[in-house]
Amino acid sequence: MHAMRKLREFAPTVAAGVLVLSSLLAAPTALGQAKEQFFPVLVYRTGAYATNGSQWANGYVDYLKLVNAKGGINGVKIAFEECETAYATDRGVECYERLKGKNGGGTVFQPLSTGITFALTEKAPVDKIPLITAGYGRSESQNGAVFTWNFPLLGTYWVGTDVAIQHIAKKEGGMAKLKGKKIALVYHDSPYGKEPIPLLQELGKTYGFEVQLLPVAHPGVEQKATWLQIRQQKPDYVLLWGWGVMNSTALREAQATGYPRDRMIGSWWAGAEPDVKDVAEGAKGYSALTLQHGAEPNAKVVKDMLELVYAKGKGTGPKEEIGQVLYMRGLISAMLGVEGVRKAQERYGKGKVMTGEQVRWGLENLDLDQKTLDGMGFAGVMRPVQSSCLDHMGSSWVRVHSWNGSKWEFSSDWYQADEKVIRPMVMLASGKYADEKKLKPRTPDECKK
Amino acid sequence: MGFFLETLIGGLMAGMLYSLVALGFVLIFKASGVFNFAQGAMVLFAALAMARFAAWVPEWLDVDSRWLANAIAFVLAGAMMFVVAWLVERLVLRHLVNQEGATLLMATLGIAYILEGVGTSIFGSDIYKIDVGMPKEPVMILEDVFAGGLLINQEDFVAALIAAVLVGLLALFFQKTATGRALRAVADDHQAAQSIGIPLHRIWVIVWCIAGVVALVAGVIWGSKLGVQFSLVTVALRGLPVVILGGLTSIPGAIVGGLIIGVGEKVSEVYLGPMIGGGIEIWFAYQLALLFLLFRPQGLFGEKIIDRV
Repeated sequence: MHAMRKLREFAPTVAAGVLVLSSLLAAPTALGQAKEQFFPVLVYRTGAYATNGSQWANGYVDYLKLVNAKGGINGVKIAFEECETAYATDRGVECYERLKGKNGGGTVFQPLSTGITFALTEKAPVDKIPLITAGYGRSESQNGAVFTWNFPLLGTYWVGTDVAIQHIAKKEGGMAKLKGKKIALVYHDSPYGKEPIPLLQELGKTYGFEVQLLPVAHPGVEQKATWLQIRQQKPDYVLLWGWGVMNSTALREAQATGYPRDRMIGSWWAGAEPDVKDVAEGAKGYSALTLQHGAEPNAKVVKDMLELVYAKGKGTGPKEEIGQVLYMRGLISAMLGVEGVRKAQERYGKGKVMTGEQVRWGLENLDLDQKTLDGMGFAGVMRPVQSSCLDHMGSSWVRVHSWNGSKWEFSSDWYQADEKVIRPMVMLASGKYADEKKLKPRTPDECKK
Repeated sequence: MGFFLETLIGGLMAGMLYSLVALGFVLIFKASGVFNFAQGAMVLFAALAMARFAAWVPEWLDVDSRWLANAIAFVLAGAMMFVVAWLVERLVLRHLVNQEGATLLMATLGIAYILEGVGTSIFGSDIYKIDVGMPKEPVMILEDVFAGGLLINQEDFVAALIAAVLVGLLALFFQKTATGRALRAVADDHQAAQSIGIPLHRIWVIVWCIAGVVALVAGVIWGSKLGVQFSLVTVALRGLPVVILGGLTSIPGAIVGGLIIGVGEKVSEVYLGPMIGGGIEIWFAYQLALLFLLFRPQGLFGEKIIDRV
């Protein structure tokens, strides 16, 4: 009783103390906000695709921490906040709405989902926030004249499809040898999985190979009927356009039906450690495209990460994942966003916080040459990226890597997607989109402004 | 003909695994009248426990033999499922005796979220491997009879065999033992069962324990096939059309329902899929279940519910 009375007497003093303390603690954050560039981070660490999503997210967030550890972007520190989408489009849109206006406004969104990208494509121009979709999203969004806020940097699924066919042709001895061949596409039955279909069919018509389409329903744990059809149809090659558990299940079913793994080529979202680690020897010989990089444990940027972030106990994920394929994909995605801001600062003021519109200019004028990339620690990891107002992709170089039973190893030289094949399709599809949405494409003159 | 037989056999083997998952639903519904939405989460939790213990046991106990490590891990995971059953009874079911079915259903939904969250917090969200020595390579049989022979997936065959044995044992347990009969009595009427001296709380712990072991076996089989990861939760969804088809209260119904769904979805995907764009495997099962709900809502073997008005 006595204690309770004492507590009541002290309550106002304690409350005032807490108030002062909290305002003191809050003060640096509020002050800091003025000089912070806000990166909203859409991730999925839960749900059916958590394993793959987490690695990407760890790489993404770690890179932002690394930039801060090196002093920020010309002194501007990065603030970031994660929002969990669980790879669901509705939740992705909810996250976008929640974060777009926070901390002075989002710099750039990277949803890591083609479905969410489709949903945000019409929102981004209204809010004037760029969407970077490195290695995913709408393939026709390469055309910056129509898709003014989408940036499928480093490559689209049409780039991937074209290179996969080039790779098969090389194995067979030339494009002419594709005639009469049968190529099956086992794909995630979602906007992501369906993206390569138009180009694959176009290439089939051009080179005379037959295309067999085999959709797999989300999340892809049941594929027996699919692989029974493959056993019946005996395609010469299988392209695997899966994500998450679908990839490892496909490899297991290929093993169980005796389909040779060295005749399977995955997309760059079907070629990471979680896809094959568990299948191990059963996946030996399986190849996948890379979005330039593979597993890069020896890259300088990885060493910097260990030294400047992990050694100080600030790492996001497990240390052994650093340098793995999806970790690197997240890291490079974050780097592209950061470099967009850096480029924008060159025009709008070094050391200043950039708006979404200014960052769009930066992303449209990215010029990451090999010297710059090497200096940033990406030597051997990636090739130059040079975007423009009309080309929002900036690069279309791809390598192929293969699983040797215990690790991924590069198994091809560099391929470049054939612009003669892709460009007409991009123009056609983006033109159709512009007509549907009644958009007036930007002209080269408008781009100069 | 050979290819059709391959599809049929593949469907039957997949169907046996669906039966195993469906059995978890049937067991708990039979004994407590609760439609257990947490069955998928139980499969994930049990598989996670098994996979992690199988990796930890050799470090803890300096065991070299994979079989011994797996056996100890299985016992430990089983013990964890017993703890889960006990906690579910203590913290949830005990407080909901004689409540509406919808209340109990919602409670199991809550249990599912807790198990998923706690499971991944304790054991992590990486993909883990369960290696119980299941054969992965296919075998060819009847090569003289059919051109190219018949391909049999050894892993599926062994899994179907294990599922069949477990289903058989459980059917015997329910029909022939006193505890089994008590479980059925509790399912019919909680109060009536209590009035004749059946200890309701103990029965509930027993049935959740059995469902836990079924989830563990399903988790080991599916985990060995797919790797232990969050997607195992969705495997339980494959059991839903099975129980609708077979009847929620019937063990033979779960078996026959599983086989029909397994064969139906494989045959439809292979023969009907190419005509209508493919990817019909999953919704075909639910379509079939919907038809049954329209014309025979109690399922093939379920008891017809007659309410006095």
